[in-house]
Amino acid sequence: MSNAQQFCTFYVDRQFFGVPVQQVQEVIRYQEMTRVPLVPRVIRGLINLRGQIVVAIDLRRRLNSPERPENQLPMNVVVRTPDGALSLLVDEIGDVLEVQEETFERPPETLQGIARELVSGVHKLSGGLLLILDTEKAVNVTDTDALLAGAEA
Amino acid sequence: MSDDIVREFLVESSENLDLLDRELINLEKEPGNRGTLASIFRTIHTIKGTCGFLGFTKLESVAHVGENLLSKLRDGELALNPEMTTALLAMVDAIRQMLASVEAIGNEGERNDQELIQTLTRLFHGSAVAAKAETLAAPTAEALHEESVVAAQATPVVVPLSTAVAPQSESVAPLPPAPAPILDAAPKIEAKLEHAEHASDHGPAPAAAESAAQSQARTAASESSIRVDVTLLDKLMNLVGELVLARNQILQFSNATEDAGLLAPSQRLNLITTELQEGVMKTRMQPIGNIWSKFPRTVRDVATMCGKQVRIEMEGKETELDKTIVEAIKDPLTHIVRNSVDHGIEKPERRVAVGKPAEGRLLLRAYHEGGQVIIEISDDGGGLDADKIRRKAVEKGLITPEQAARMGEREGVNLIFLPGFSTAEKVTNVSGRGVGMDVVKTNIEKIGGTVDVQSKPGTGTTVRMKIPLTLAIIPALIVTSGGDRYAIPQISLLELVRLDGEDAQKGIELIQGVPVHRLRGRLLPLVYLNRELKVEDEAPDLSKLPAVNIVVLQADERQFGLVVDEINDTEEIVVKPLGKQLKGIKTFAGATIMGDGRVALILDVLGLAQTSNVVSENRERALSDKERHVASMAGERQTMLLFQCGADGRMAMDLSLVARLEEFKSEMVECAGDVQVVQYRGQIMPLLRVSDLLTGHSGNGYSGGNGKRDLATTLQVVVYSEQGRSVGLVVDRILDIVEEAIVPQQPSKRDGLLGSAVIQQRVTDLLDVRGFVRTANPDFFEAPVAGGGRRP
Repeated sequence: MSNAQQFCTFYVDRQFFGVPVQQVQEVIRYQEMTRVPLVPRVIRGLINLRGQIVVAIDLRRRLNSPERPENQLPMNVVVRTPDGALSLLVDEIGDVLEVQEETFERPPETLQGIARELVSGVHKLSGGLLLILDTEKAVNVTDTDALLAGAEA
Repeated sequence: MSDDIVREFLVESSENLDLLDRELINLEKEPGNRGTLASIFRTIHTIKGTCGFLGFTKLESVAHVGENLLSKLRDGELALNPEMTTALLAMVDAIRQMLASVEAIGNEGERNDQELIQTLTRLFHGSAVAAKAETLAAPTAEALHEESVVAAQATPVVVPLSTAVAPQSESVAPLPPAPAPILDAAPKIEAKLEHAEHASDHGPAPAAAESAAQSQARTAASESSIRVDVTLLDKLMNLVGELVLARNQILQFSNATEDAGLLAPSQRLNLITTELQEGVMKTRMQPIGNIWSKFPRTVRDVATMCGKQVRIEMEGKETELDKTIVEAIKDPLTHIVRNSVDHGIEKPERRVAVGKPAEGRLLLRAYHEGGQVIIEISDDGGGLDADKIRRKAVEKGLITPEQAARMGEREGVNLIFLPGFSTAEKVTNVSGRGVGMDVVKTNIEKIGGTVDVQSKPGTGTTVRMKIPLTLAIIPALIVTSGGDRYAIPQISLLELVRLDGEDAQKGIELIQGVPVHRLRGRLLPLVYLNRELKVEDEAPDLSKLPAVNIVVLQADERQFGLVVDEINDTEEIVVKPLGKQLKGIKTFAGATIMGDGRVALILDVLGLAQTSNVVSENRERALSDKERHVASMAGERQTMLLFQCGADGRMAMDLSLVARLEEFKSEMVECAGDVQVVQYRGQIMPLLRVSDLLTGHSGNGYSGGNGKRDLATTLQVVVYSEQGRSVGLVVDRILDIVEEAIVPQQPSKRDGLLGSAVIQQRVTDLLDVRGFVRTANPDFFEAPVAGGGRRP
């Protein structure tokens, strides 16, 4: 079907998210990270992706969600961006879902704050809601207010 | 015709054109140089010939008129004048444009070069008759004459065909000295000339003949080198980078396992990789002269346009840099050179008016320094006006007036690197559009270099770039801080200092809470990496550290010590860029992958120095102010007595306050109340230990409790007298008497000390004798002199 879209899905703080499959380079398990001092805390560190150095952004911190429990290791969703690959740290990986355009809706006005910026829309699925993440905004941590707030926290 | 032939022609011609640019400029300097003329003629002739052969008629027609003019110049029938040089350079440009067009679309494109052709033709005809008489006397004519005589002796056939043959006879002449080869060569040339005569209506044939003769002479050189595509070299470089990483991993693994069978091959792998890496790196090295060679032309063009006279000089042309770096600095350098001619060097009238030679001088210098290449572009022009620049920057809202007021000279002139800055009064064709120096700076910084400008009003401006030799693989020191490893490029590394045990506490002193270390008598400011990176909130408790590791670094000609938790090793690292998210952090230059596969950040030493205020303009200015102050009071030099106090405390006092230097045997020390005294010239003289001052001891007399001191057989005492009373200051050792202009720095809040100063290149505390005596013995100044107690 022409108006069907595939999403790579994952969970962040029990919320079900998806990013268009075309933007995802690969999904890998937890990698050891090198922390980077002096940067906003949403940047968790650098990982070695087969010789390429990739910045890892913690989506929990990006969404101002509570911290991931210590014993739970995040997964890497490596997305392609115009500036090269970048990893999004998520809690758990879901399936690749094909969804119809009809189920799409803009996020409700009551959704405020950082989520409003990063969630471009919602697909109403039978099992629940799939939040579509705007990866471009999600990886842009250089000029958001959340960045400063995050750095101070 | 095959594309390959065209491509080869393009590559060869573009090299030839670059050569032409240089040679024409040279020729302008020495119009009589026949060698240069002949070479220029040959180059044009080759291009013309090949063009005709490949059917580029427009190209050929332009080259043809140029060649005609050149042939007359070469034969001495005309003398070169600036108009001719300009026309010939214009011809080179036209040819270059056409070649570019050939490269892009396969033909010369639509163009009209009639004007240029006419100019060249006019120059060819116009002054031909008039010039003839003069040029007979010109050295070129004589040289030609002599040479044709030589040619005539060797090869009679050559003489009647002088125009076509002259360059050939030259290419024959440099062959080994014996006459035989010349004679050997003669028939060949003859044969070719015959061929040329036959084909003369076709144009290309003589060229073919000639280039064949030339290429024979060049064979030796060209056979030993080949052309390689740069992308292939880039790929090789990347692969070598990966190989280095893999090598590091294997080395680490084999060292850990201590398996002899693995150790030997992995060490061999290590050696081979290193050599391979050096080899590949070398293939990419290019002398900086390659890009400089275009500058004489640039300078001439800009200077002519601005009506200026500029001479360009070069030093260190052979300095080699990685190709990517050479490419990256090409545009910034060109921009600076143009700027220097356009803005820096004044017009001839003005230069003469201020007593400089009419011709300005632009000096390009390149040299190696500490694993980096320094490139300097200096002009002897009017210099930059820091005040004007500051005003302009404020006007444009780039800085606030307060910032401007705080800025020093050097910081002021460096404002020209701010985006959107241009001081040019009028926007010229050449520069002054407000885009430029900031782009220069960005481009240089992109490749890990730095750029700054120094200027003296009236005497000139120097732009100084520091460029890394190569980008890809660098040696680095690996350190640990806060549990993470960091790489420090070895370029900035001076030495490592480890303070163990007692030294760990004693070696670090505080100036108002700012830690410093005395490194061979000089104060080294210390920066704690943990604190700079904010990976450790609390300041380390100095007294608890078993050892302190100091990495002595150099940033911008300033040294500082970086205190790290651990110093690991040196390693070759492959520099990888940081993502966009981390670009803004000055402290990191990039990242690398370590032997264990983990990522480590590379510290940017300059950035670190800036964020920790090691490098700051204010301090420099403060120092220079003091230097001026010193200069002004140079007449009032003081004579100081230097003495040692405690293990390594150096102190000084004004010698005019010293009455005498005495030595007392320790058994002469007696007690009067709780004060230790000696009998001295019929008086009872109290003794005060200066080291008590340093240790914060009450200082009440010569403390008898200090058993160790009591055992000293001799006491060194400085006797201070006032109003007939004397007091003895006990010091550990008298060092020296110096006459120096003393500038106290960091005024002390402690009683008894005036502050510190640098004497004999070492930090020395200045003793406030009166203050000290008053603190130690408050009665001393009040008690009147006992009548007659004082002996002369």
